[in-house]
Amino acid sequence: MSLDTVAKAQANPDAVQPFAELGLKPDEYASIKEILGRRPTSSELAMYSVMWSEHCSYKSSKVHLKQFGEKAVKSDALLVGIGENAGVVDVGQGYAVTFKIESHNHPSYIEPYQGAATGVGGIVRDILTMGARPIAIMDPLRFGPADAPDTRRVLPGVISGVGGYGNCLGLPNIGGEVVFDQTYLGNPLVNALCVGVMKHSDIKLAKAAGAGNLVVLYGAKTGGDGIGGVSVLASETFESKGPAKRPAVQVGDPFVEKVLIECSLEIFAEDLVVGIQDLGGAGLSCATSELASGGSGGMKVQLEKVPLRDPSLSPEEILMSESQERMCAIVEPSKIDRFLEICKKWDVTSTVIGEVTDGTKLEITFNGELIVDVPPRTVAHDGPVYNRPLAQPAYIDEVAKEVINPPLPTTASEIKDTILKVAATPNLADKSWVTDQYDRYVQGNTIQSQPDDSGMVRIDEKTHLGVAVATDANANWSYLNPYEGAKLALAEAARNIATAGAKPLAVTNCLNFGSPEDPGVMWQFAETVRGLADGCLEMGLPITGGNVSFYNQTGTVAILPTPVIGVLGVIDDVRTRTPMSFKDAGLELYLLGATDDNMSGSEWAYIHGLRGGIAPIADLAREMRLIDLLVAGNKSELFTAAHDLSQGGLAISLIEMVLRHNVGATISIENPGISLLSETPGRVVVAVKSTKVSELESLATKHSIPLAKLGTTGGVALVINDSVIPLTELSAAHTETFKKLFG
Amino acid sequence: MKIGVVTFPGTLDDRDAARAVRHAGGQAISLWHDDADLKGVDAVILPGGFSYGDYLRCGAISRFSPVMEPLIAAAKGGMPLLGICNGFQVLAEAHLIPGALTRNQHLHFLCTDQKIRIENNNTAWTSSFSKDQEIVIPLKNGEGSYQCDDETLKMLEGEGRIVARYIGENPNGSRNLIAGISNERGNIVGLMPHPEHAIDSLTGPGEDGLGFFTSVLQSMISGGAK
Repeated sequence: MSLDTVAKAQANPDAVQPFAELGLKPDEYASIKEILGRRPTSSELAMYSVMWSEHCSYKSSKVHLKQFGEKAVKSDALLVGIGENAGVVDVGQGYAVTFKIESHNHPSYIEPYQGAATGVGGIVRDILTMGARPIAIMDPLRFGPADAPDTRRVLPGVISGVGGYGNCLGLPNIGGEVVFDQTYLGNPLVNALCVGVMKHSDIKLAKAAGAGNLVVLYGAKTGGDGIGGVSVLASETFESKGPAKRPAVQVGDPFVEKVLIECSLEIFAEDLVVGIQDLGGAGLSCATSELASGGSGGMKVQLEKVPLRDPSLSPEEILMSESQERMCAIVEPSKIDRFLEICKKWDVTSTVIGEVTDGTKLEITFNGELIVDVPPRTVAHDGPVYNRPLAQPAYIDEVAKEVINPPLPTTASEIKDTILKVAATPNLADKSWVTDQYDRYVQGNTIQSQPDDSGMVRIDEKTHLGVAVATDANANWSYLNPYEGAKLALAEAARNIATAGAKPLAVTNCLNFGSPEDPGVMWQFAETVRGLADGCLEMGLPITGGNVSFYNQTGTVAILPTPVIGVLGVIDDVRTRTPMSFKDAGLELYLLGATDDNMSGSEWAYIHGLRGGIAPIADLAREMRLIDLLVAGNKSELFTAAHDLSQGGLAISLIEMVLRHNVGATISIENPGISLLSETPGRVVVAVKSTKVSELESLATKHSIPLAKLGTTGGVALVINDSVIPLTELSAAHTETFKKLFG
Repeated sequence: MKIGVVTFPGTLDDRDAARAVRHAGGQAISLWHDDADLKGVDAVILPGGFSYGDYLRCGAISRFSPVMEPLIAAAKGGMPLLGICNGFQVLAEAHLIPGALTRNQHLHFLCTDQKIRIENNNTAWTSSFSKDQEIVIPLKNGEGSYQCDDETLKMLEGEGRIVARYIGENPNGSRNLIAGISNERGNIVGLMPHPEHAIDSLTGPGEDGLGFFTSVLQSMISGGAK
């Protein structure tokens, strides 16, 4: 098959093209023809197909996501908002912080190690692209049942992929989630979050401005991996004589990325780029069209100059390849020598592949022949928009009728059995088997990491300024009520920041859902977006960006709606943070927030096979009062420890607190079953010195938050009423689960 | 006192090592792998990381970096040299100390707060510790299992060259629980756990790691390695 050029497309307008195999619908293909006034060349078709894919174009979610802009709070903290590679927030002292979550779900099911590894690599490049030094990563993960044979294939591979890539980049892993549910068995969720820091003046954007400026591709050479990873690709529709079908999963090389990070930061420090974009999903198609449309629009690229790992790649494949560890920069001609010199110092391949023009077209040639001639906006931004049908699924009303009454413990031995069961259940058990495979110390700024409520890193060693990040999702609640579920996850993530004394500042999200072509799933999605937008508006938190992952399902069964919400907070002095547990005996333990008897969506109900009932209604005004209380109490050094209550309720929070430093507690509670296992939102356990109880009481009164005495710290057991659970026994139950399951 | 910290492509803990030197009261000097120049430093640290992506074998490519030539000569002449984690692997590849570091027995990367015993406090890097002092510093690696032949092991044990030993369960399958060893003269030490991550209880498990850096500053003041 010979090279398909613009001239040939004009001369031969009726050639049959494999648009359907590339994932384009007939009407989408027709609108490409209308935009161009002719049929696309095969290279243009390749570009449109990947850029108009759900992953890149957000075509099903766009109409809903615009609420994030419409309902946005006016925030002085937001320096760069939605639309760029990642949002940027002002955290004071001249520092800006950028953070974002992305999904790498499907690749991680096919090839767990590489899927997870390149998920980390991709999000780190997004953060780097903003001009920031990446400083930490987190990874919210979801898998099928812990004892399912396939989970034993997927989970260990994903964990070593996250660790293998992140550890080699020198990024501390400061937290995340590991949750199990049947619906994730054929479709695990691998989300990765990265945080980066820079000075305000160093923010970089994806734009190709200034005619005559050079387009430079640097980093790894382009290979045949990950072709069409974002779209539905059948590679045999291209050159039949080329290399055989390749996996759509990219293969990562963290060493190349580490060098790319250091090289890029040195380039940024000398102010050598006008604009920059990483090559992730849709590769060069995405980078060139987004850079061009972010600038004045004109760009010429000579595709044969792209350095190749595999010389047999066709132009279409070069445009679609998702080979990792590549960046594209726009550089003024006067600065190119220095740019190339820094790349040489780091042994990074860098090649000038084109230039910015004062035209309006993205023109790509291959050995002198024009193969792409398009208005770049039509590729990057003017993709199709669907207002897909949505309908409340029938299950919503059915589950709401269910009364959720799992058996509750009353006697001393029942309480002990319950506590040991909660401690050991896979969703709540100690996750050290996972997190010990991640480096949490590198860079020397980690203040908090798993199992703390949030991850916290110091960003200035002299002033002690720091940021905290938490990610949360409660898919059980989102399943019962996606609108409330989104608000509740937002509240929980914000609370997890505040327990340490940090002030919540901004929100990101990764919305994991089933197929948007299912009206029920689309309804779940729409309700989630509405809930998150309303919640952020009420809490005064800007949304800085996010990611949507659709088509997470096995056959016709969708995953539970899983909106992972990330909240970033700032703390003026990390030395004064409130830790999640206590080291001393004789402290008073109190519960902030009231407990009700709704067990719907709780972990205890899940353990008993119950998934129904009515989700709690989020009371964000109360959540904000609680956050204010926690931040104020931290400032006045009131708390010795503070720990959030969420999945697993008071039971797991007490277990985690006593096991952290092996200091027990004696608790006295009425109605122990509900008190220990209810997951009523908006609650926190705090430990204070006995001299500070009256200060705590007046602070709780001031913020209208109910306060109840739980007990005191000390001893070598967790004692609940007349039930005594030795810490040794409790620790064994909590820590052995993962070792037994995964070796 | 100037202590050089070498950066290879893929080095990760260079800034941490430099911070530890400053905390101990020394001056940290960056050394670039591609420059055969020690910039007049009094001692050198090869920090942790994945230099050259651990390709071929950990440390096998870095060992041939231009900076290694003057470094090997200086260390053979008595200059204090500490290799931490990947740096330990580079020392072994450069044959400055015997043995090799292999994949952890359990095949996982392991990051944990590790208890170790300082068994030899007569090296340039451990003189601030008391003999048999037990300390806790982070251990974090995928290939930290120390291996050598029986004869070498006998020699190391006989000459008191086991600088530090793991306490409790063997974390990675190292022979005789070896966490760190020295050369005969005691100026070169290879250590698998990371003292530079334990210089401040705010960011590490404690401050036990600082002793390695104060030791070398002290030993230089008192006239070179013992």
